[in-house]
Amino acid sequence: MSPSATASTALQAQAPPREPRRLPRAWRQARRRPASVVGAAIVLLFVATAIGAPWIAGADPMQTDWKLVRKAPSLAHPFGTDDLGRDTFARVVWGTRISMQAGVFSIVLAIAVGVPLGLVAGFYRGALDQTIMRLTDAWLAFPFLILAIGLVTIMGPSLTNATVAIGLGATPTYIRLTRGLVLATAAEDYVQGARALGAGDLRLMSRHVLPNIVSSLMVQATISIPIAIIAEAVLSFLGLGVQPPAPSWGTMLNTAQQFLETAPWMAWWPGLAIFSLTLSFNLAGDGLRDLLDPRDY
Amino acid sequence: MLDFLVQRAAISVVTLFVISMVVFTGVRMIPGDPARVLAGTDADAAGVEAIREKYGLGDPIPLQYLRWVALALRGDLGHSIRTHESVIHVVGMKLPITIELAFLSLLIAVGIAIPAGVLAAVRRNTIWDVLASGASLGGVSIPNFWLGIMLILFFSVQLGWLPASGFVPIWESPLDNLKRMIMPAFVLGTALAAVLMRQTRNSMIEVMSADYIRTAYSKGLAGRVVVFRHAIRNSLIPVVTILGLQMGALMSGAVVTEQIFVVPGFGRLIVESVFTRDYPLVQGVVLITASSYVLINLLVDVSYSLLNPRIRIGGTARES
Repeated sequence: MSPSATASTALQAQAPPREPRRLPRAWRQARRRPASVVGAAIVLLFVATAIGAPWIAGADPMQTDWKLVRKAPSLAHPFGTDDLGRDTFARVVWGTRISMQAGVFSIVLAIAVGVPLGLVAGFYRGALDQTIMRLTDAWLAFPFLILAIGLVTIMGPSLTNATVAIGLGATPTYIRLTRGLVLATAAEDYVQGARALGAGDLRLMSRHVLPNIVSSLMVQATISIPIAIIAEAVLSFLGLGVQPPAPSWGTMLNTAQQFLETAPWMAWWPGLAIFSLTLSFNLAGDGLRDLLDPRDY
Repeated sequence: MLDFLVQRAAISVVTLFVISMVVFTGVRMIPGDPARVLAGTDADAAGVEAIREKYGLGDPIPLQYLRWVALALRGDLGHSIRTHESVIHVVGMKLPITIELAFLSLLIAVGIAIPAGVLAAVRRNTIWDVLASGASLGGVSIPNFWLGIMLILFFSVQLGWLPASGFVPIWESPLDNLKRMIMPAFVLGTALAAVLMRQTRNSMIEVMSADYIRTAYSKGLAGRVVVFRHAIRNSLIPVVTILGLQMGALMSGAVVTEQIFVVPGFGRLIVESVFTRDYPLVQGVVLITASSYVLINLLVDVSYSLLNPRIRIGGTARES
């Protein structure tokens, strides 16, 4: 969805919610969208897996065993073993932690940088706005992944740097979106009214503008997090993210590509994990979008 | 109209200027001494100094930047450290391959997305809609590099129908070229198709509830005529914009896809130049990518204003 489309969506989403009726409405909405509920449940399952990895994995994800090199899935190793005899199930479980970390923290960073910039640009307009937006245009001109690759090259490959790179790559989207939303919101009567009553800029921004654009930002976050998760996997796949032997889904797929003929299961599980996590995020996000934005699609 | 074009073009020039500064500074921030790399591993300290002197790498950064921009404006982006070919020449060799890939994936994407999106919108809330929307969600969610690996696993390893990797120029053998391009193009096309289908469906639904569609129905036109004559044409306007915005995603996708299928295109060149620390190549390739993105978006904006007169006349309808 383009930023401007979301901005107009947000405008219509601002009908003041009647507090006491909110929960029942959410429940009704949830029942109308079973797919979104399933998606949300699977996301929570992945969160639980990420937190409980040491107890769920059952085996050491780094433990190599030369007697167990590239064994097909079995009872002892339900996802099989990899080229160094490590348990693929344990590695996929631990990989959840890395993917979640990269996906969520990078978007938190993008919001932390992007929203204040967009807020200031949209609120004050003028030269400041022009400067921020021209820089954002230039920033946006680098395709997301290429920007991330460039930043990782400068900073060196690691999980933290990949997360920062993905976050900075996603930032301009938030600057643009926030600015658009602020432009529309700041013109509203209630903001003008608050100003007339003597509210200062800071108060206007934090108490009157920001709360009204939060739901649109949340919707955007549910779109960005799966993209960020895939981006981490891609960077690790290219060797620019998490470094071996740490169990990242992307790194695992990189190794798996060399053994497609002899050990195809090495490629199934990490990819299936990424797919199911991003799919669930998108399903849950769709539901959230419907919940926060009554416009009918 | 002219004002809008001039203003839009001016913004693009400013953007290009900022991009060139970012690229230049960024490459200077990559750890390592470019003079050392240029001189090669067996050069002594004096050799490195000679190189530094020769390429002016000891000069103040602003001076280096101006020199680089002056050369870049004349189409000289320097030479690759590894192969000593000019950057422009290398890009000229690789770019057509990626353009062919992008074109094929665009064909696949549009071929899937527009009919599916229209069908989903016209047969809204039926099984067709659910299927199309579900497929679109799956297309957005599937990591394209994994899809690529799975296709290789199925069509190359299991069935042996298609070669897993490599490239044959189209003028040598169009059939062999297509055999090797079809899987990467499909991988690249699915993600794009998913986004396009969603957009087509949404915009088609919006158009179908417009007054003139009701008028068309009420004057007795057949459903088919209304959909094909009246609705589709109008609903495709926002789709064109999304298509332009997706060019960046296509470029990112090409990086990964070419890596998996070993297609020697522009995307692979980016990764290779980064891995081999070939600074002039990195600098040139990233500059070209970002600039073409700016130009494509300028073209999209202009074509959009041509397609939609309200923007042309209103002038202020566009934000930012």
